[in-house]
Amino acid sequence: MNVIEHGRGKPPLDPHLKALENEAIHIFREVAAEFERPVMLYSIGKDSSVLLHLALKAFHPGKLPFPLVHIDTGWKFPEMITFRDQVAAKYGLDLITHTNPDGLREKVTPFSHGSARYTDIMKTQALKQALDMGRYDAAFGGARRDEEASRAKERIYSFRTPDHAWDPRNQRPELWSIYNGMVHSGESVRAFPLSNWTEVDIWRYIQAEQIELVPLYFAERRKVVERDGMLILAEDKRLELLPEEQVREELVRFRTLGCFPLTGAVRSAATTLDEVIAELEIATVSERQGRAIDRDQSGSMEKKKREGYF
Amino acid sequence: MSSQLLPRLAQEDESTDALSGPQTVTRQARPLRFITCGSVDDGKSTLIGRLLWDTKAVKEDQAATLRRDSTGQHNELGLPDFARLLDGLQAEREQGITIDVAYRYFATDRRSFIVADTPGHVQYTRNMATGASTADLAVLLVDARAGILEQTRRHATIAALMGIRQFVLAVNKIDLAHYDEAGFQAIAREFREIALSLGVRQITAIPVSALKGENIVLRGDDVMPWYSGPTLVETLEKATQRTGQSTGFRLPVQRVSRPGEGFRGYQGTVAGGSIKPGDSVVVLPSGVEANVKAIVTYDLVRNAAVSGDAITLVLDRPVDISRGDMIAAIDQRPQTGRAFTARLVALSPDGIVPGKRYWLKAGSRRQRVMVRPVSALDLATGNWDDAAVLALNGIGVVELDFEEDAIFDAYETNRETGAFILIDPDTLNTVAGGMIDSRRSRSGRFDALPDADRASITLPARLIEAFLKTEFARAHVGEIRVTRGEKE
Repeated sequence: MNVIEHGRGKPPLDPHLKALENEAIHIFREVAAEFERPVMLYSIGKDSSVLLHLALKAFHPGKLPFPLVHIDTGWKFPEMITFRDQVAAKYGLDLITHTNPDGLREKVTPFSHGSARYTDIMKTQALKQALDMGRYDAAFGGARRDEEASRAKERIYSFRTPDHAWDPRNQRPELWSIYNGMVHSGESVRAFPLSNWTEVDIWRYIQAEQIELVPLYFAERRKVVERDGMLILAEDKRLELLPEEQVREELVRFRTLGCFPLTGAVRSAATTLDEVIAELEIATVSERQGRAIDRDQSGSMEKKKREGYF
Repeated sequence: MSSQLLPRLAQEDESTDALSGPQTVTRQARPLRFITCGSVDDGKSTLIGRLLWDTKAVKEDQAATLRRDSTGQHNELGLPDFARLLDGLQAEREQGITIDVAYRYFATDRRSFIVADTPGHVQYTRNMATGASTADLAVLLVDARAGILEQTRRHATIAALMGIRQFVLAVNKIDLAHYDEAGFQAIAREFREIALSLGVRQITAIPVSALKGENIVLRGDDVMPWYSGPTLVETLEKATQRTGQSTGFRLPVQRVSRPGEGFRGYQGTVAGGSIKPGDSVVVLPSGVEANVKAIVTYDLVRNAAVSGDAITLVLDRPVDISRGDMIAAIDQRPQTGRAFTARLVALSPDGIVPGKRYWLKAGSRRQRVMVRPVSALDLATGNWDDAAVLALNGIGVVELDFEEDAIFDAYETNRETGAFILIDPDTLNTVAGGMIDSRRSRSGRFDALPDADRASITLPARLIEAFLKTEFARAHVGEIRVTRGEKE
């Protein structure tokens, strides 16, 4: 490819990543042009970081023509919040954060209410509140089809009713790269520019584009406790240890980031992107293996999505 | 299991590509996109489950979930129910059928793949068409015992219409047909005829058992010594990707970027040809001409852009351009006009209602259109019969009449600028996918025929509405001019 490089000195992307990037940029521009009030969901994780990077590319040299929303459950890793605020400042983002006030009032925690109910109140309901308050008719998300069986069924434009419900049996046909962005008042679309990316694609792109990430993705000695077969970070005072549990220091990192009590770490010595990618290529377990909310019951992601979860 | 195969593939790689290892082979190209289709119970989900399993795309925790969910349903080989890997919806698991298209990602040492597992049920044909529209290749499954069914023919037809030029016929459950070679050959012959009649010349027929994993990733030599052709995976690894654009430069304008005084860029994805600074372009439909000043992307100012690139184009003079316009090569322009013919796949329960004004979206351009069915495909005979309506899942030739100029290429010459969807203005659902054949010779008006060619009927006002609702009126809309009588 004949290109004149300006400044960054990065080698050109390989054709596979280039095609994925082009597709994502196309989707960003299409949604921004067709909808009146788009918004981007920003969850601070690696997929969100890639999503943000692609959005910046799509609208360059202009600014993002939409705000970002972060649903703050109050139980995110502190490093994530620090990172979020740094990113927002660096790129001059219009960042809105929202926490479900009902959940705060009723003191809903992952421990007191169980992961399923906690997730519903602090994530799904909170998201619906934030989307309703902003009267957004389109919301970008970083979901990928390779994450989970019901996500594999998602369209790039995922149509939602005024109640934010997803009906997997009645999705709009989606042909070629022509997206139907017409909705009635109150209805909305969740748009997934990363639909066709796999976990390895995300990491290779982060490497190629030198995208900054929350340090929790890289191995360090961290205090952990083993609970329900997961390694839970034990650095927050709110984590009440059960009688038989012991805090140990282990070399761990995170493959996926959610709320700290519900996200398991993996034992790993990978401290660089190269090492993380090398580790992934021989991984024998899937990415979401460390997410408690996926394991509540078979089909639980589908159920959550039907109710309005991303 | 597949370790038996991997050394052999690695060896082949060494001979063909000694310098770069097998892994770089995978990363150099974009993934091959293919669909699997066929009738219900032909074993599509099992086939893909087997592909994922044997290429080690199924991780341990997913396998454990699978084993847990398919308790008591292990087959005689002690393997779990592969279909459950694919049928990700509760209703699918309950009914044991695939409702919606699922996209899956896997890789061999040589190549990466995106497979769309599409439903067999006729009421979910819309989802099959969804998968076909972006695929490079179609794997059509038939049950070795049942042979080719109407649904096989429908799927092959839609795949061919969508421009897929490589078919793989997977004759599945060959184990249940006693590995009968004559039966396999008969089905392959019949399919070859269908495919050839659809204009598809690249056809590979493979006898497979998805359940036992024969001729999918691993060979089935010991049970089918008579078959010496490639396995399914070998065929997929060697398949070519569709290019399908023989037009000049095309840039459907998605949005205009004006971050401040002094910058005005047109954002879009190149849908054909290539462009470089200095090239002359024409803006359609206005016909204004200009030269390209710069191609802007986030990290590079490029000296060229090719099909597929998402770019921002800056022109050398101020031109009035908005979303929906197209910037095209000055010497290779697309067709513009108010009347086109197209082939259409109807995807809504109501079919296509003649005389109704739909929204048509092509590229970034959305316009009102009136659709008049001309003929419909009879799947049983393969004939195109005259038809004034297009029922659900019907495939037909239609005439499109626009209120203002439309901009298209023939689908054959450019899939990006030759394809469109129809949106029902009431439900806002996508009700059809279409492919442009050509501009109609007659410069049609929105209300179809020139007045001289139309029958004239004068009716009292109160009857006009009732008349327009009759079958007759719907069938001949565009051919009749209805005027209001002065007196009741």
